[in-house]
Amino acid sequence: MSMLASYLTLAAVLFCIGLYGVLTKRNAVVVLLCIELMLGAVNLNLIAFAKYGVVPSLTGQIFSLFAITVAAAEAAVGIAVLIVLYRSRATVNVDDYDRLGR
Amino acid sequence: MRAVFSQYAWLAPLFPLAAFVVLTTLSRNLKRTGAFIAIVASLASLALSLLIAFERIGTGAEDYSGGFAWLTIGSVTLSAGFEVTNLTALMLVIVSLVAFLVNLYSLGYMRDDERKSVFYAYLSLFACSMLGLVLADNLLLLYIGWELVGVCSFLLIGFWFHKPEARAAAKKAFIVTRVGDLGLLIAILLLFRYMPGHALDFVSLHNVFDSQAGVISTSITTAIALLLFLGAVGKSGQFPLHVWLPDAMEGPTPVSALIHAATMVAAGVFLVARTYDIFEASAVALDTVAYIGAFTALLAATAALKQNDIKRVLAYSTVSQLGYMMLALGSGSWTAAVFHLFTHAFFKALLFLGAGNVIHALHTQDLRQMGGLGRRMKTTAWTFGAGVLALSGVPPLAGFWSKDAVLAAAFERHPLLFAAGIVTACFTALYMARLFILAFWGRPRGDAALAARAKEAPAVMTAPLLVLAALSVAAGFVQTPFGSWLGAWLSGEAIPEQAENVPVMAASAAAGLLGLYLGWLLYGKGAPKGGGAGQTRPWPWLVRLVEREYYLNEAYGYLFVKPLQGLGRALRLFDDAVVGGAGRLAAGAVQALGRLNSRLLSGQLQTYGLAAVIAAVVLMLAIAGRGFW
Repeated sequence: MSMLASYLTLAAVLFCIGLYGVLTKRNAVVVLLCIELMLGAVNLNLIAFAKYGVVPSLTGQIFSLFAITVAAAEAAVGIAVLIVLYRSRATVNVDDYDRLGR
Repeated sequence: MRAVFSQYAWLAPLFPLAAFVVLTTLSRNLKRTGAFIAIVASLASLALSLLIAFERIGTGAEDYSGGFAWLTIGSVTLSAGFEVTNLTALMLVIVSLVAFLVNLYSLGYMRDDERKSVFYAYLSLFACSMLGLVLADNLLLLYIGWELVGVCSFLLIGFWFHKPEARAAAKKAFIVTRVGDLGLLIAILLLFRYMPGHALDFVSLHNVFDSQAGVISTSITTAIALLLFLGAVGKSGQFPLHVWLPDAMEGPTPVSALIHAATMVAAGVFLVARTYDIFEASAVALDTVAYIGAFTALLAATAALKQNDIKRVLAYSTVSQLGYMMLALGSGSWTAAVFHLFTHAFFKALLFLGAGNVIHALHTQDLRQMGGLGRRMKTTAWTFGAGVLALSGVPPLAGFWSKDAVLAAAFERHPLLFAAGIVTACFTALYMARLFILAFWGRPRGDAALAARAKEAPAVMTAPLLVLAALSVAAGFVQTPFGSWLGAWLSGEAIPEQAENVPVMAASAAAGLLGLYLGWLLYGKGAPKGGGAGQTRPWPWLVRLVEREYYLNEAYGYLFVKPLQGLGRALRLFDDAVVGGAGRLAAGAVQALGRLNSRLLSGQLQTYGLAAVIAAVVLMLAIAGRGFW
């Protein structure tokens, strides 16, 4: 198996674990963690293509650095929103965040 | 001579109709006066009918008809109108007279009934529809009156609808007569199809079938006549559709008098008499009418022998007498039939109203509970006795002359018909003697306290009896073998003196007297302790057969009612399972879809996410799959 394929496989596995967590976990913090996992998988893809792709270049690696920065910001905003939510609803259970359907 | 009153004959049915409308709209406010409105209306009809009849008798006026074009469809015009002939004038008098007396009588009989004004409304509608039927100048209008009469009888038989038997009897009367009504309807449709110019009025019918023989082929004529007769069989209670009439006794007694004497059952005889030209054009139809009539007369007379309900005896007697009328019609003498209808109306109304007095006094209809009423109810007993003698055909009462006219006609037709008529006459006298003796002679057999308190009915209930008794005694003289004035007036032809009918007269009188004597022997002189009912006699199976009315009700139950109920149940099952199932399936599918949708839009972001993921996967598989095609 080529290097690219094994990296892509690892990224897919990571993404699926993250996706599974996002869809099934009750705890909103864990959901945020799983989103980070999915972002990590994407970054891994970007780097794998930058190193072993058809036209290797640095662009992919720089892009992944950007993605990590944005993900950090996103995590900060997400945690902040979560704290506000916790203050108003007194729960971190995502099943209770169903105002959209009512 | 111009007919003055005949021009206004159309008013006769409108008086009761107006009473009906007023009573139904204002019945709540008219507890007391409602009855008087109905009585006044029927009196007005009676007065007009009498004026018309006297005008026609006195002057020999031409038939008068008037009307207007009702419906125009293409080239066909249906007219609505009325026609006054001597026959309709006579029927008008019979119907309105009996209706008036019954209205008057009900004042006493229904005095304490809460729905008295409703009762009077129905009575008025009944009289209106019968008068309309009589006056109609074409078959279509007659059919409307015919159906209205059926509806009214349904309403009145089931008037005491809190009794299950009354409900069942009302339904039975309606459904059984419906079979006949269908025959009449088909006959009218056939006539519409084959008559030149689609004419349905009686004048055209007369012209086509009387003088233009051959316009309509014999087989079609026979079919039309038989179908018309089927209608008459249903309404006039002839075998095999007579089963509703005895059950119709569940209605209030004045209604029975009205139905049996003037309105409902007379309609069938009237129909045949009115369309007699069609029957005369078909020998087969005439034979059918004659033999069915004779058979019915005999069958019903024997069934009446063992009934224990006073009104059931009278009901079977009506069936039997209607058989006589059909016998006369089939024997070629419609004037004799109408004559018998005329006299029968009086003595049968008399008998029913008299029976009503007895029921009113004793609160039972069971003959075994009666007895000895003659001393307590003198007027009722005497008038009832007059009715019994008239019905039994004792000379010179009305029933004798009309029965003699029927028998003379049958004698000329066929000896078998005559024999059936004579035997029936004997049985008629026998069961009437039994009825009279059981009710009025001897000593009370029922509740002694009630019998001791039994007293004569109020004057409003006995006055109609006296009028009817007088008519029952005297009405026969309008047509005797020595001067048949009525027949000549009705048919418009001079009828020769029929002195050769003396043997027939003697036979008929002898049969009646023999029946009365036998009745006296069996129930009066040799009266057994138990009152003569339910004794062991030779041929117990025959007695039981008669008692159970030849098991005809049971036979119909197994032949028609049960299979139809089975079919109904199967159809209901089909309706439930297949039709209803399809409906429920459609509803269920929509409901499930809705529930699914409401599950999807739960507000749970994770669920939305899952859906998005599944959609993405499906999309990817679809795109990837395209590569393989």
